[in-house]
Amino acid sequence: MSEHEGHRWTMVIDLDKCTGCQACVVACHAENNVPVVGEDEVRMGRAMHWLRVERYWEGEYPNVRARFIPIMCQQCENAPCEPVCPVFATYHSQVENLNVQVYNRCIGTRYCANNCPYIARTFNWFDYEFPEPLNEQLNPDVTVRRRGIMEKCTFCIQRIHRAEEAADAEGRAIRDGEVQPACAQSCPTEAMVFGDLSDPKSRVSSLVHSRRSFRLLEELGTEPAVIYLKGGQVHVV
Amino acid sequence: MSFELSSEQLVWAEEEDPQEHLLLDPRPPEEMNRMILEAMSRTGPRFWIGVGILGVLILVGLVGAWGYQIVTGMGVAGIRRPVYWGVYIANFVFWIGISHSGTFVSAILRVFKAEFRRPITRASEMMTTFALIVAGMYPLIHLGRTWRFYWMVPYPNQRQLWPNFHSPLVWDMMAIFTYLIGSTLYLYLPLIPDMAMARDRTTGWRYRLYRLLALGWRGTEAEWHHLKTAITIFAFAIIPVMFSVHTIVSWDFGMTMKVGWHSSIFGPYFVTGAIFSGVSAVATVLLVVRKAMKLEYFLRAEHFDSIGKLILVFSFAWTYFFFADYLTEWYGGEAVGKELLTLQARGPVAPLWYIMLVTNILIPWLTLWNRKVRRSFWGLLLVTLGVNVGMYIERYIIVTGFLTRNRLPFDWGVYSPSLVEILISIGSLSTFIFLYAVASRLIPLVPIWEVREGQITHSLRRIGRALVPTVTELE
Repeated sequence: MSEHEGHRWTMVIDLDKCTGCQACVVACHAENNVPVVGEDEVRMGRAMHWLRVERYWEGEYPNVRARFIPIMCQQCENAPCEPVCPVFATYHSQVENLNVQVYNRCIGTRYCANNCPYIARTFNWFDYEFPEPLNEQLNPDVTVRRRGIMEKCTFCIQRIHRAEEAADAEGRAIRDGEVQPACAQSCPTEAMVFGDLSDPKSRVSSLVHSRRSFRLLEELGTEPAVIYLKGGQVHVV
Repeated sequence: MSFELSSEQLVWAEEEDPQEHLLLDPRPPEEMNRMILEAMSRTGPRFWIGVGILGVLILVGLVGAWGYQIVTGMGVAGIRRPVYWGVYIANFVFWIGISHSGTFVSAILRVFKAEFRRPITRASEMMTTFALIVAGMYPLIHLGRTWRFYWMVPYPNQRQLWPNFHSPLVWDMMAIFTYLIGSTLYLYLPLIPDMAMARDRTTGWRYRLYRLLALGWRGTEAEWHHLKTAITIFAFAIIPVMFSVHTIVSWDFGMTMKVGWHSSIFGPYFVTGAIFSGVSAVATVLLVVRKAMKLEYFLRAEHFDSIGKLILVFSFAWTYFFFADYLTEWYGGEAVGKELLTLQARGPVAPLWYIMLVTNILIPWLTLWNRKVRRSFWGLLLVTLGVNVGMYIERYIIVTGFLTRNRLPFDWGVYSPSLVEILISIGSLSTFIFLYAVASRLIPLVPIWEVREGQITHSLRRIGRALVPTVTELE
């Protein structure tokens, strides 16, 4: 395991490239067995998206422009959701260096969700069905969650594990770009880049040094692993 | 009582008639015992119909609605993203607040030797215990997986996991358990001599029950000495526990990063609010009990007068904390904080917020300074009910209202309670009234020995032409 230690999985999202197409949202649903709850429940505010594209309007009509920002669990280094869980269902994994949610351990106090400044967590309000033919495409690598527990973006931890196993079998380190979460993989404009920040040659390592880089609600000191590249003003990276 | 001089010749030290005071108006012990025992055995058809209706409401709310929620999922409640906590937590804070009545009225007034406490301690201690039972249900009701609640309890298990002692919820659970056990013992200790009194004057199942609960009390000097020592220890020990309980409840909110919740004033603010609502609830319950159980001899205008003054003082104190919290938020000028203030003043919760200001500040301040209002049945009943409506609103806004606003405006939400949440809330209120009604027929609601002790130590002394009530120190 020693060679995996020190991975610092990081997502860089270039807001200049994001078109708000929501392909990442759909890909995330498909990859992570996230249930589709239906119109009525969405209207209630019970959409289960692990990843959402927030849309903000800027300016006065007719000079308006839409700004998009995809927000998922920020995998905080100093996560507010972790200390409040009474049963250690959400905690910081030392191995992956990620903020993980143990579904089996969760008792559903929803305290973590209240304390998440990014509102990144979703709750299983009911036992959701995957009606035919959706059940055919359930991902066997991802647990299907039952009612009463929290869940959230995992950075597609199952893909990280698979890449690690493949690299282990071949006795090499993981190559940059070998791990792609479903959202980054599906992004048509390649606005999302995923990689290991501890590797100085990785794409994310070069992107984070951009003058446009910022982290969401940085002032809270949560130290997110998602880094945004500011859009709108500067047009050259 | 016979005086050497007729009353016209004497000048009362205070303006009112001393016979108005329970402690200066003693009756033979047997007569007092009889009054209490009769009140306990008076169960007419109206009582049983009332208890029956409450039982049905409990079944509908706590078996029907809660069972439905457990089987179907939390989705049947009105909570949604980002309002992950709803009326269940508001109810929880409210009932924990009510539970502060007993300790405050009983323990603090006992420690400070406030004599008006004597006939009302038992009734308020019972409120503490029953309110805690009701409050303790809510963390379970609100769990997504109620059947796994025991994972919060520290015990050796095959998962090899302790609960997370960093979590305020774990502190919360421990504080509530401590308070429940402490307050139940504190209710029980002063009950022992009264149980013995009831044992010696009843037959049948009541005799067997009281013989069990009296623990063989005979009333010897040594027994009294031990009892008094134990009560004193508990009275002192339960006060910090009381403060800790509501402080920790407030820390469930204060320890988070949420704007509006993350505030160091929440501890004392919540404790004050809890005592404010708890003492008001004591007044409400005592007014009802006095009428329903015909305890006019024991529960007199003087007692309601004193409780009324206490409520007014706590209305001042609560207003102070409320204002301090509000002003700090306002001057802080943080965007979300300002949005929360707008939410209260003009947003969807605004009507509730103004009702709270009226019932918690305006009405108590305008009425309770008045002796006539404090001593009138309807006056005090309406004011104290109003205070608890206002205090419930306060918790409702802090929990559900504040959660609708956060730092990312895209994720703002709304909340309204669902039918299931309302039924469960009614069911828990019914549980409290049900427990109280049943217990009022099993336990003497007035601690007779404490009243008698007070009557023995209080007497009228003539100083010159004046009659002065005097107190003999027993210890």
